[in-house]
Amino acid sequence: MAEYLIKNGFVFDPVLGINGDKTDVAIKDGKIVKSTEIKNPKVVDAAGKTVMAGGVDIHAHVAGPKVNLGRNYRPEDKLFTYAPKKGARRMAGGFSVPTVFRTGYKYAQMGYTTVMEAAMPPLYARHVHEEMRDTPILDQGAYPVFGNNWFVLEYLKNHEVENTAAYMSWLLRTTKGYAVKIVNPGGTEAWGWGLNCNSIHDPVPYFDITPAQIMKGLMEANEALKLPHSVHIHTNNLGNPGNYETTLDTFKLFEGEKPNNDFGRKQVMHHTHVQFHSYGGDSWRNVESKADKIMDYVNSHDNMTMDLGCVTLDETTTMTADGPFEHHLTELNHLKWANTDVELETAAGVVPYIYSPNVKVCGVQWAIGLELGLMAKDPMRVFITTDHPNAGPFFRYPRVMKWLMSKDAREAQMDALKWAERVRDSTFLSGIDRELTLYEIAAMTRAGPAQALGLKDRYGSLTPGLEADVAVYDYNPETAEDPELIEKAFGNAAYLFKGGEMVVKEGEVVSNGNKKTLWVDAKVAENPQVQRDVTEKFLRYYTVTQANYEVNEKVFMKNPYRIEIDATQ
Amino acid sequence: MAKIISDVVCPFCGTLCDDLEVKVSDDGKELLEVYNACVIGTEKFLHSQAEDRLTVPQMQDEEGNSKDVSVDDAVEYTAQMLCNAKKPLMYGWSSTNCEAQSVGHEIAELVGAVVDNTATVCHGTTLIALQDVGVPSCTLGEVKNRADRIVFWGCNPAHAHPRHMSRYSIFPRGFFTGKGHKARKMVVVDPRSTDTAKMADLHMQIEQGRDYELLSALRVAVRGNPLPETVAGIPRETIQEVAETLKSGRFVIIFFGMGVTQSLSKNHNIDMAISLTRDLNDYTKAAIMPMRGHYNVTGSGQVLGWQFGYPFCVDLSRGFARYNPGDSTSNDLLRRGEVDAIFVLGSDPGAHFPISSVKKIAKLPSVCVDPHITPTSAVCKLHMPVAFVGVEEGGCAYRMDNVPIETRKVIDAPEGVLSDEEFLKRVLTRVKEIKGVA
Repeated sequence: MAEYLIKNGFVFDPVLGINGDKTDVAIKDGKIVKSTEIKNPKVVDAAGKTVMAGGVDIHAHVAGPKVNLGRNYRPEDKLFTYAPKKGARRMAGGFSVPTVFRTGYKYAQMGYTTVMEAAMPPLYARHVHEEMRDTPILDQGAYPVFGNNWFVLEYLKNHEVENTAAYMSWLLRTTKGYAVKIVNPGGTEAWGWGLNCNSIHDPVPYFDITPAQIMKGLMEANEALKLPHSVHIHTNNLGNPGNYETTLDTFKLFEGEKPNNDFGRKQVMHHTHVQFHSYGGDSWRNVESKADKIMDYVNSHDNMTMDLGCVTLDETTTMTADGPFEHHLTELNHLKWANTDVELETAAGVVPYIYSPNVKVCGVQWAIGLELGLMAKDPMRVFITTDHPNAGPFFRYPRVMKWLMSKDAREAQMDALKWAERVRDSTFLSGIDRELTLYEIAAMTRAGPAQALGLKDRYGSLTPGLEADVAVYDYNPETAEDPELIEKAFGNAAYLFKGGEMVVKEGEVVSNGNKKTLWVDAKVAENPQVQRDVTEKFLRYYTVTQANYEVNEKVFMKNPYRIEIDATQ
Repeated sequence: MAKIISDVVCPFCGTLCDDLEVKVSDDGKELLEVYNACVIGTEKFLHSQAEDRLTVPQMQDEEGNSKDVSVDDAVEYTAQMLCNAKKPLMYGWSSTNCEAQSVGHEIAELVGAVVDNTATVCHGTTLIALQDVGVPSCTLGEVKNRADRIVFWGCNPAHAHPRHMSRYSIFPRGFFTGKGHKARKMVVVDPRSTDTAKMADLHMQIEQGRDYELLSALRVAVRGNPLPETVAGIPRETIQEVAETLKSGRFVIIFFGMGVTQSLSKNHNIDMAISLTRDLNDYTKAAIMPMRGHYNVTGSGQVLGWQFGYPFCVDLSRGFARYNPGDSTSNDLLRRGEVDAIFVLGSDPGAHFPISSVKKIAKLPSVCVDPHITPTSAVCKLHMPVAFVGVEEGGCAYRMDNVPIETRKVIDAPEGVLSDEEFLKRVLTRVKEIKGVA
């Protein structure tokens, strides 16, 4: 493979503690190396440019059955977005739910190289993997959902953590999953009957267990397996005024818990798209930001991480395994509603949504997402996302960065809201002067998520020995003043290296890269009870046989990368 | 002696049964018997053993006489035909695996073809409807484990999806449905007294083509609003009884088929059926599911979706993907004479398209890729016989509820017979050479 030397760029790397110093980055055999180790490099002149490790997205819905439903049932989403085939690029289109090709190219153009699919229904695991296989460039993994799984509900009702862990190990291996996702625990099972669990203490119909027990038990099983990532939670009561109390109740479940793993992960729980969980008030009329209460808690508890879920004020397509929420949403906006309940496991819903700058609530949501980022004391624990495509499409990250890095930019947007004064009254945003630095942005988009995923030895930094995922942006931090330059530069990487290969050259995607698909194989001691339960459930309740459930690595995955863990002790 | 292969997936209908057992000879060359499958599925497996099976590509001359040609010639003819055409139609894709579909799409992108699948004459209207009003649905296991109100509207699973009722919808004892069919109410809507209708607790023998009216009337009845004395030939009291039956269920599922999707009003019928399902969710839990026909027509829609963003009739001829049913759908293109070459794989339009379309196929350069001799292969210039996917070749297929299942190879194809995917890959390589792309 070619050797590269990226010279004279302004480097930002919170892991190495490099804050904008002019440093060279050397690439050899797909890895980052010391500059002295390369002999005949191709030189990339990065003078006047910003250099960071490739971006790592901890939470996006980019592949799988609900994503594809979003594509297929919204032909209107493709209008005006199609780009023809060119060079290495396939034809690609779509706005809020882009095709797999556009997903890969757009992330690459933002300098991102690793993207985690945030919710994989186990029965549909093959579909998720087929889409990831076809998504160019990006290293990916997917989180199977566990929070409404009948095995989990039955084991945790009696607090059988060992059995839960054994089942978790089996399911991760069978579906080739990466981490344990929990979506509206118990509530989605209740949705099988058209019901919901609105607090973490609402019992689940029939199963007689509470969401709190589910989340706590899954966390214990996750730590018993020593998995690279922690449990990844979307708690109950999403998107309702006054729900911040449910969110804080959820956080408090994990107080005092310590992580157990060999991957350098420091949290026991990741809570995703916290913006949707930070509302005060008791109706849409008086909804207000509770970002202060939420961030007070997050800042003072270092055993948790979170991502923002910033609203970007676009027309988008919401999709979540929180089935009852999507029904609630369609009752609210009367747009087309799709839903799929999945036997024994989960459900999902899809509804288009327009975050209009002319609607007060949308303005409040927009402000809350940014407040959470601006109130964060430790950027290594708070990550930028838009919960793509739920709060906005992922390719708006550069715009979110602009708002986070410039008070002028966010005030300009605030002024452009129809109900700007009312939004100001209900939120804290206009009172916050903080402007995030590139160093902090690098933590929130690379180093932090890589560490939280247990992947800090592969991604997120320019430390020699790591994967040579390097982004070069045409942004000069010494001279740039106009905040629009931030959005422009971070949406159009000048160069991107992925695993040592040049994927973006002078702003153009020139290669489909050599993607890897990550999955976790945690070995546990043989557990006859779980084996028996699995066999029984397949015989009696599933509609596929057990032998036809496992995802075949060879057929469905491109360059599978197995992370092995021995949790037999 | 012989060996038994278990957990075999049936490559016939959208029910995609995956519990078949197949007996093959010890050398793995001969398929002897099929267990658990319905009569249609069994025949599909056994048909691969037919002694008069075609294994050599057939080329027709202008008089319609066929002669044997080599696979190389078949690849060359196909690649040249696709590259020389201004706007070829690549149709079918429903009886093959997702891997072959993917390769086909790459070819289509290079040559600027229209890619359309059998939904175009089947559940395409359903797809249009769900683009209008969404679709609340579920997997078949949810039906098995929860559903106690089952509606079959314009479909006849007793014949078209023979194991549907025993595996998923009427008879199985699931987690919350321990009493099986005894605790389920079955409603059938059909103008004929079909074998499915004869099993129903309530059969609404609707006047033909009046589905939209009856669906609307049910929505009215669900809301408790007044109705005329009869709607679509059904007395008011029956409609109200059905509405009450559905509302009083814990989990309602509506299955529907060609009887509503391709009769008068087409996609508007489905709009209304989906809206009825939505309405029912205000009272109980309700879901709706199309009874997809071919075993992997659903998969074609999925692969097209993630690669191009649309589920059928995707026109790539302008260099970007366009979707416009009525314009980019196969029959409209054929009948208006807008396509100049036809490539068919995994379907039999010769048997199912209107004769006006089939006549157009017969006049154009055309390729039919199919293990069988069919009405389509009879009118196409080249017939490329291939292996049976799901019998002689594995690969992914999507069930009617979009659940993907990996089909199994149980025996080898006859010597020299390629799979769909292998043939398409060779065509792709040749197309790239002709087009001069790496």
